[in-house]
Amino acid sequence: MTEQALAFTLPAVRSRQARIGRVALRWGLHAMLVLFALYYLMPLFAMVTTSLKSLEEIRTGSLISLPRQITFDAWRTAWSSACTGIQCEGLRPFFWNSLLMTVPAVIISTVIGAINGYVFAHWRFRGANLFFALMLLGCFIPFQVVILPMARMLGLMGLAGTLPGLILVHVIYGVAFTTLFFRNYYITVPRELVRAAKIDGAGFFRIFWSIFLPLSLPIVVVTIIWQFTQIWNDFLFGISFSQSGSQPVTVALNNIVNSTTGVKEYNVDMAAAIIAALPTLLVYIVAGKYFIRGLTAGSVKG
Amino acid sequence: MAPILEIRRAYKNFGSAEILKDINIAVQPGEFLVLVGPSGCGKSTLLNCIAGLENTTSGAIFIGGQDMKGVSPRDRNIAMVFQSYALYPTMSVAKNITFGMRVRGVDQATKERKLREVAAQLQIEQLLDRRPAQLSGGQRQRVAMGRALVRDPALFLFDEPLSNLDAKLRVEMRSEIKKLHQWLGRSMVYVTHDQIEAMTLASKIAVMKGGVIQQVGTPSQIYNRPANIFVADFMGSPAMNFIPARVYRDGACAKVEIARPGHAPLVLNHPAARDLPDDVIVGLRPEDITEAGFRPGSEVQTVECMIDTVEPAGADTYVISHLGGRQLTARLHSDTKARPGNTLPLAFDLNKISYFQPESGEMLN
Repeated sequence: MTEQALAFTLPAVRSRQARIGRVALRWGLHAMLVLFALYYLMPLFAMVTTSLKSLEEIRTGSLISLPRQITFDAWRTAWSSACTGIQCEGLRPFFWNSLLMTVPAVIISTVIGAINGYVFAHWRFRGANLFFALMLLGCFIPFQVVILPMARMLGLMGLAGTLPGLILVHVIYGVAFTTLFFRNYYITVPRELVRAAKIDGAGFFRIFWSIFLPLSLPIVVVTIIWQFTQIWNDFLFGISFSQSGSQPVTVALNNIVNSTTGVKEYNVDMAAAIIAALPTLLVYIVAGKYFIRGLTAGSVKG
Repeated sequence: MAPILEIRRAYKNFGSAEILKDINIAVQPGEFLVLVGPSGCGKSTLLNCIAGLENTTSGAIFIGGQDMKGVSPRDRNIAMVFQSYALYPTMSVAKNITFGMRVRGVDQATKERKLREVAAQLQIEQLLDRRPAQLSGGQRQRVAMGRALVRDPALFLFDEPLSNLDAKLRVEMRSEIKKLHQWLGRSMVYVTHDQIEAMTLASKIAVMKGGVIQQVGTPSQIYNRPANIFVADFMGSPAMNFIPARVYRDGACAKVEIARPGHAPLVLNHPAARDLPDDVIVGLRPEDITEAGFRPGSEVQTVECMIDTVEPAGADTYVISHLGGRQLTARLHSDTKARPGNTLPLAFDLNKISYFQPESGEMLN
């Protein structure tokens, strides 16, 4: 009898222990995640609070304390009147420059990447592997390496110091990545789909338009987020290939922070930095859920 | 009447590998040609060459009497059903079926009418608004057929269309394809690795191996008079028994002797074997070996065989024995007395024996 009783009680004890273990593990995990989140959010917190303080309060208070009196003066200054060198119009004109540069560059590089990827995945030609390998190599070339030759090329084309020149640079640099993204996505589309469409009478562009594009939302979102972040946040190309009228917001931010005379206006610097980062944040919030989905969901189920 | 499809001396090389070698075949109007063979035998490549999805290295393909060199798939007057169905995943069933007509700019009224016809014929009217992902395997198969039917082509091509279905559905769809063929009366080329599909569907079978057509013939020719050991072995389940033997001649008589280690050799008295070479391989299908006394009238010879295994399969019971160092399968009636470890007299139907050349595998009689 006792043996039987033991046999019944033992699993119960074990399962209770297991449950306590699971709960402890879950709490531990959550505590750790909250800790990490706080750690990562700290700088943003400091930026936001500092940008809402007056200079007086920044000087006297602590970095992480909440503002005693909230003021948006710093934001106004950063947007429309902060000095970037000799010009004192704030970030506004440069923000538009960045938009005028980023939007076309993202669209063009995404479209080219989609068509390239479609060709590499489903219209194999002689030497396609070599071409693809060379394109991949483009992903690994550091920015610094291409600056001089690129400057020379832009000069020869008469695009030096212009927005179209910057767009061209970003498109060229981005196509390697966008091609890779689209090719790896389209390679999961069954080859028989293309064959069926060919027999149905569709040609190269019709197949792309009617069959591939409707499948592409996840990878388009991934590509747009990637390209938008890359191009908007770029500083090196921006400072190398632009003149006073065509500088992107990242360059202007640098100038605001580095070219003040007298007292350092931390609140204006912080506000300007947040403004410069807002569009990428926005893109992530709007399209972020597709980002993970697009990176993980490869297969196309028929 | 001119053949719908004619292939003359077609070769296909892939680098140094020869995928297709000297393919010559013709399909007459209304014929159902099945290309059958093990995987990698080139049957799907041949089908793709017919469809124009791949090019032959040399040789000519004629469809409806016209040379197809340089003609794109869309202009070949063909329709194709794929193994994976290849339905366009973002389009509804109706859009899938009418895609070809939309590409070709067919007017709205004709499109509607043809869609209704095909949907009614395949009984998929209630599915027209669904996406492929919302369909079962059998329904997808029907839609794929619908997409082919709506083209109303001179030649239908099928690339293993049933191999993704479960066993029961496969048998159902098989007889539907057969019905469809009889009803439409169109020429079809059908690729499969399943010899039962080949036998049941075809009016003409081409058995392929290593890029070479081994034999072309009606199902009964292929089954009863296989050109070589490969064809004999590939077609039929369970496979034909192959036993090495020697031929002895004695005037007008001929004896076929099969060595049995530890026993006296088995001697078959078979006058038809008189013109054979000395060494042969005897081929006999399992159904041509019966329990002694069950096939009166035929020219049979009874042999005592030791039974190794008994496999009841419902309608029949397969009995596995051994002879001449090879496994020997016999197909007996289901209430046989055969028990493993016992001997059983088995009757060999001498008229059904095929003789093969041991080295080349060619059929001799």
